[in-house]
Amino acid sequence: MTSLSHVRLGTYFVVHMPRSDDFAFWRDRARQLVQCDVPPDRVAWVEPGGNASLFSHGDRRAPIPDDPDRPVRASRRFVALAKNAALHSDPERFALLYSLLWRLQSQPRLLEDKADSEVRRLEELDKAVRRDSHKMHAFVRFRMVEDESGGSEHYVAWFEPDHHIVRANAGFFVRRFANMNWSILTPRGTLHWDGEIVREGPPAQKSDAPQGDPAEDLWRKYYASIFNPARLKIGAMLKEMPRKYWKNMPETSLIPELVAGAQNREAQMVEAGTLEFEERPETLQAIDKAIHACRKCPIGELDNQAVMGEGPNDAALMIVGEQPGDQEDQAGRPFVGPAGQVLDAHMERAGIDRRNTYVTNAVKHFKYVQRGKRRLHQSPTAKEIDVCRWWQEAERAIVKPKVILALGASAARGMLGKTVSISKVRGEPIALDDGSELWVTAHPSYLLRLDGAAKEEQERLFAADLAAVKERVEELTA
Amino acid sequence: MGQPGIMEKLEILADAAKYDASCASSGTAKRNSSGGKGIGSTEGMGICHAYAPDGRCISLLKVLLTNHCIFDCHYCINRKSSNVRRARFTPQEVADLTLTFYRRNYIEGLFLSSGIIKSSNHTMEQMVETARILREDHDFRGYIHLKTIPEADPDLVHQAGLYADRVSINVELPTDAGLTRLAPDKNARQIEGAMGGMKMAIRQARDEKKRFKHAPRFAPAGQSTQMIVGADAATDADIVGRASRLYDGFRLRRVYYSAFSPIPDASAVLPLKRPPLVREHRLYQSDWLMRFYGFEAQEVMQATEADGNLPLDIDPKLAWALKFRERFPVDVNRSSREMLLRVPGLGVKAVNQIIAARRHRTLRLEDVAKLTVSVAKVRAFIVTADWRPTLLTDRADLRTLLAPKSEQLELFAA
Ligand code: SF4
Repeated sequence: MTSLSHVRLGTYFVVHMPRSDDFAFWRDRARQLVQCDVPPDRVAWVEPGGNASLFSHGDRRAPIPDDPDRPVRASRRFVALAKNAALHSDPERFALLYSLLWRLQSQPRLLEDKADSEVRRLEELDKAVRRDSHKMHAFVRFRMVEDESGGSEHYVAWFEPDHHIVRANAGFFVRRFANMNWSILTPRGTLHWDGEIVREGPPAQKSDAPQGDPAEDLWRKYYASIFNPARLKIGAMLKEMPRKYWKNMPETSLIPELVAGAQNREAQMVEAGTLEFEERPETLQAIDKAIHACRKCPIGELDNQAVMGEGPNDAALMIVGEQPGDQEDQAGRPFVGPAGQVLDAHMERAGIDRRNTYVTNAVKHFKYVQRGKRRLHQSPTAKEIDVCRWWQEAERAIVKPKVILALGASAARGMLGKTVSISKVRGEPIALDDGSELWVTAHPSYLLRLDGAAKEEQERLFAADLAAVKERVEELTA
Repeated sequence: MGQPGIMEKLEILADAAKYDASCASSGTAKRNSSGGKGIGSTEGMGICHAYAPDGRCISLLKVLLTNHCIFDCHYCINRKSSNVRRARFTPQEVADLTLTFYRRNYIEGLFLSSGIIKSSNHTMEQMVETARILREDHDFRGYIHLKTIPEADPDLVHQAGLYADRVSINVELPTDAGLTRLAPDKNARQIEGAMGGMKMAIRQARDEKKRFKHAPRFAPAGQSTQMIVGADAATDADIVGRASRLYDGFRLRRVYYSAFSPIPDASAVLPLKRPPLVREHRLYQSDWLMRFYGFEAQEVMQATEADGNLPLDIDPKLAWALKFRERFPVDVNRSSREMLLRVPGLGVKAVNQIIAARRHRTLRLEDVAKLTVSVAKVRAFIVTADWRPTLLTDRADLRTLLAPKSEQLELFAA
């Protein structure tokens, strides 16, 4: 069947590619060569600027097939892969494509053999080109320049692709930025879009592109802020954004600084973390000792002493107040001041024995402001209560009360982690995670501030709450 | 104190958004700006425009509208009782920033979330307004992801779906008990209710689109959610179970996992060091097993250890294979696709290639080596024309042999 007299023995056909990315030209020539039965080892493919003198004895004319309609087989899949792989900068690519096309004539299902080395090479080229295109979509960074009249904005980017992908990717940018004037400058050629057509230009240099854009400061600020220093993963970053792209991306100049800073911040967090998250003490004595040294919140820094809860370490009832007051701070014991006396009186009336009850506070130190000689009580903030909850939970874990009575909103927050309204929750138990139940009532110091009918009403409610709690404790311990 | 400028607001409100794990901008309807007045396109695959040193992809401008919040969730740096600097963008400011960045090809679009200000409805209105400005005033055709506020009026949440490509409703914590404890103002039923409503709306819009070409698009990229890992005692088995129920129940596109990060000003209810980042990675791997490898949630749970957590030193697929050694070795020249997908070290692509190649030749070990990253890992589990792992799968020390030598993932390897 080889009937072509012009395929002389020992000579090459040399095909000069007019452009490095001209797949259509390759396709026409390759088809003719196959139709003329020219085997792959008899064809040399030369790119623009490539060294053709090596093939000085080759035939530069295209071979003329006897039958130009003779079918050449190539699957759609091959054409798609070849079209993309042809954009690769490997000087051997056209030869590889031709070799595959040649083999496809006798092995139509060749591409399915993924273990074939030429098939694998084709897929590698395709993959490299797809990756380069993808990086172009991702890492092109436009800078805005206003034209002389100040009228229209022009967006200009400098990009350095590895392969001959610029022309093939024009469509992506046209579709995305259809209503913007833009130019993409690369060492392999340039693209210019004016809203209507794409013009192509000769290769450019980096100095042709504008130097900066005020938006880059904002972008860098964003880049630095969205990064989480607690999770440095430099390898993962480098894998997707290799260093070779960095020089043309405004944000990457920050990376060394961010990495160095993160290591410091992480070290600080770990240090702070070990301070804050030490093991929970397992005895009441240990808690007592630890709270005296506690400076987790600013209250601990004041001139005061920590006040530990008191009572049996297996009490069925735990009563929790807000925080020690002036007198408690001086005595080092909870509920010894005026509010404590109100509480004692009510407990006695309700028949609750304080000696069988564990009495403590949501916050362990006295918070105050100094006014002359007097120390004025100040309520703890939600944040301070949440911080001190660490200790109160440790006490609960040891005493394991069946019922907890919280006096006032701060104490309730210490148990629940959220602020509740006393009038809404009083009189009904709230189940806690550890299986105990929480009752909430007013703080006795509130009773001290009232008088007249309001006082009577509140005293009555308070007494009712204590009575309900007593009943519940008895039920649960019976 | 004066109003912070845009630069400072961006710093505060991007910083506050960095604990959110989702970044994807893919899977939405194809669009471009040809024939329109504005800019933007989506071509199916989202693009990562940069990577941060934490290894995460940056594809969207991810910010909060504000970090003021009336809620008090303990794991959250923006909670009411936290001492952070606060700032607040107007919807117009966020829209302008998005366009400024988009025009320079820094991003694929916007991912907007917010602390809750004044009320859930007020907040949701502001978020919807931001998306409206972008879509209607600027004909923006890029990607928009809105994090919706489950407590907001369903009508507002619905409007969000009309502007956004994707909506997310975070379940926050894997168990209801964890949610009650750490997010006292939130309510699991409300969150799931909002997800259910979103699922219905998405399905309905899809049906309408089939019948009427001009039916409005509604969250074409579907809905996703996020769970915080390691802030409470939930095990990997709990988490995987919850994730699979969410996938099934609400047709979620993705469940994201965010390893609880030590946050400055942490609440004392979180007496925890941060979980190892590898744990988050193992959960994502298990997610892949379910989405692409045909594993049932139940099977992933079988791969966990006695404490209910996935092993950290090996990936979940290998962990499963080591527990079910009797299912191996698998003959690469004969076995079903399903079984090949179970072989540790064989990805979906390698399996496809093996199946295609074996029509042409009987595969030998060296052929398999060309198709996989590490044949050393694979060969203990396969049979080829010239290879059979004699008793290798019975060796007690197989795990040690196959576990990656412990260079940590978190090492500074730059
Ligand atoms: S009030 Fe509580 S948290 Fe604050 S320093 Fe005292 S013991 Fe520590």
